[in-house]
Amino acid sequence: MIAEFGLAALWLAAALAALQLVAGALVLRRDEPGLAALVRPAAVVQGLLAALSFGALLLLFVQTDLSVRLVAENSHTAKPMIFKIAGAWSNHEGSMLLWVAVMAMAGGLIALIERRLPERTLLATLAAQAFVSLGFYAFLLVSSNPFERLSPAPLEGNGLNPLLQDVAAAYHPTTLYFGYVGLSVAFSFAVGALLTRQVTPDFARAMRPWVLGAWIFLTLGITAGSYWAYYELGWGGWWFWDPVENASLMPWLAATALLHSASVLAARDALRAWTIMLGVVAFSMSMIGTFLVRSGILTSVHAFAVDPERGSFILALLTLYIGSALTLFALRAGTVAEGERFSVTSREGALVVNNVALSAILAIVLVGTLYPLLTEAFGIKVSVGPPYFNPVSALFFMPMLVVLAVGPLLRWRRDSLGRVQNEVVLVGVIALLVLAGVWFNTSIGLLPLLGLALSVAIAVGSILPLKGRSLRRLPLAVWGMVVAHFGIAVALFGMSADSAFTKEKLVAATPGETVEVGPWKVTLEAVEPVAGPNWTALEGVLAASYKGGKPKQIAPQSREFWSPVQKTSESALLTRWNGQLYAVIGEEIDGGRWQIRLWWKPFVTWIWYGGLLIGFGGFLALLGRVMGDLKRRSLQARIARRRRTAADEEQAA
Amino acid sequence: MKQIRWTLWVPLALFGAFFVLVASQLMNPASTTVESAMIGKPLPDFALKPASADRPGLATSDMQDGQPHLLNVFASWCVPCAAEAPQLSALERAGANIVGVAIRDRPEDVAAFLAQHGNPYSRIGADDLSEVQVGIGSSGVPETFVVDGKGIIRYQHIGDIRDQDVPMLLEKLKEAAL
Repeated sequence: MIAEFGLAALWLAAALAALQLVAGALVLRRDEPGLAALVRPAAVVQGLLAALSFGALLLLFVQTDLSVRLVAENSHTAKPMIFKIAGAWSNHEGSMLLWVAVMAMAGGLIALIERRLPERTLLATLAAQAFVSLGFYAFLLVSSNPFERLSPAPLEGNGLNPLLQDVAAAYHPTTLYFGYVGLSVAFSFAVGALLTRQVTPDFARAMRPWVLGAWIFLTLGITAGSYWAYYELGWGGWWFWDPVENASLMPWLAATALLHSASVLAARDALRAWTIMLGVVAFSMSMIGTFLVRSGILTSVHAFAVDPERGSFILALLTLYIGSALTLFALRAGTVAEGERFSVTSREGALVVNNVALSAILAIVLVGTLYPLLTEAFGIKVSVGPPYFNPVSALFFMPMLVVLAVGPLLRWRRDSLGRVQNEVVLVGVIALLVLAGVWFNTSIGLLPLLGLALSVAIAVGSILPLKGRSLRRLPLAVWGMVVAHFGIAVALFGMSADSAFTKEKLVAATPGETVEVGPWKVTLEAVEPVAGPNWTALEGVLAASYKGGKPKQIAPQSREFWSPVQKTSESALLTRWNGQLYAVIGEEIDGGRWQIRLWWKPFVTWIWYGGLLIGFGGFLALLGRVMGDLKRRSLQARIARRRRTAADEEQAA
Repeated sequence: MKQIRWTLWVPLALFGAFFVLVASQLMNPASTTVESAMIGKPLPDFALKPASADRPGLATSDMQDGQPHLLNVFASWCVPCAAEAPQLSALERAGANIVGVAIRDRPEDVAAFLAQHGNPYSRIGADDLSEVQVGIGSSGVPETFVVDGKGIIRYQHIGDIRDQDVPMLLEKLKEAAL
């Protein structure tokens, strides 16, 4: 029953999306109050129905109803509850349903609360949102029905990819989906604004919380995904420029640019067409990313979700969305006036540098990701990796980060470097001091060296906007900016320190043997078999002592799952404030000796602390914007009330 | 404003290029097998000691006798190798000259394997360090190479030989003999 209920809710939601699209589009052509009144309620009900449908799927997974094909294929009665629940979206159909449900709920929320935009623009936005949703509904209902029954029902399910039985993996795809959905909302706003030619600061203000929300989720999703790859894959690296990582990075780059250009549009009514373009591009990147991951035309560690037929469907959808949005852009953007002017040395100028650099990096990542496809069309197989991505993207990252260190100090519209001379000199001197200090003491690569210097400079530069302001009365949005920029410094420091100072050791050790890596002495005490709910493992018991201190025990495992059969290595980590000891156990060789791989990674955890700080900064900014909005609204309501009473009194008099 | 209007179409054009690229890739999915770069090239020089007591070892010169050979890369510890044994025997009965390269194996295991699954090989070399395997560009077991009478690698078959592959391999041998 639950499955049928979920399917029925999904069909009804699709029907309402169709209504929302048709009514919204007709209102654009001629004013019909009757139709216009339909759009908002349709969006709200559609959101509720899609949420109910996803709720039904969750329930099926919680109960492990094996008569539903999706559950039978992706779950197992022996699995811990949290992974049963995660099973609902750790597969193609479920993740698409989650996507469309969140998108529909976002549409419903806009319909409920958004009062700032001209009504026609809002209806056009909702129609665009329905247009995007309809494609996903069609996809689900036509070719990937998550509620399909299986008869006869199997006695046991097929499990979940053991690599994904992991808390970070359980929540990392959902955060990315929330991010993608947020960008789809930004896309709808951009299309709505283009359709009604209302590219105004109000449009930017209405769109901004959604971009911010999406950006927070993307930031956290990438951070979690990077940490997952770091400890689960057992390679000790935290970023591999894998196509799927790139697929999540590209929307983030576009969203970061959009966030900053939307701020310019909201504050200064400049960069109108550019902001619209970024709104389209950001969502395009999430669709293209999803397509690259799902279609399997690129090989990657995430190959668990691959299906060429689905790939064609997603390609058709994204062509429809992006193609029509870009056509609309080409036809309309010329009629959107350029907006306010500003001088190069100004807040806007610095933000333009940010936007140009981010767009360039986006292009670099996109080209690098697609390049193997291009050469393969000519029969040449290549893979593009860090030797391309690191230096080429650094070419734009570094100047951008330099500007980041001082940009927030500049005033809007027109400023001179002379006014912020002291701060610029301070930041510059600090950067040079760090550069020289590191240069003379160790010999490390150019990029990590620059990275270390810049990270300290940005850390200082990021808190300078607080100077001379009352910390208590500073708007939350400014706090958000400061925290996020500081987070970038922290993450950059972690990246540079990790790549400059990591020590690695691969040994074949017998129990009792001690290995030295960096400041650590690690003793292999024993290798023991252990068993979990759905796996067995060999566990190496290691005692690690930092600079001769008290030894701490860590236990890396080499796990074997039995449903489905798969081997994974569970790395063991020992975290200190200044870095992590990373241990992996491998095979037994020559009887009694065990392959052990150890890394000492100074400050590596700062990468993810930085990511969390960036996300937290975004959260503060979002909170500030939303609260500011609420305050403004209640103020407006009070003024309107007072006016009414004044008018009433006047009449009475 | 008027003269820069065409730039507004650039994003759409770029997207069009992206579409053409991925759509064409989607239509002809690339093969995911790693083919040997040695096809069309002569065998590297090697001389392997015998892997089993009743057959001689294998050297490059053995393959340059003017006759085409099937070079089968196998191992006693490899399950698909046991699965393809009947097809190898069928090829031998059809007149193919089959030589074996046993990868990282022990003589007693090879003997047991051949006793159980039959021995279609005229020669078997023991490749204890996978030197020959790497040298001819094989990335796993089992793989089967068609080598012509001059010792030039003509064709690579990856994975076990199925029933339907037998006539195809005989055809390739015939082509190699020309």
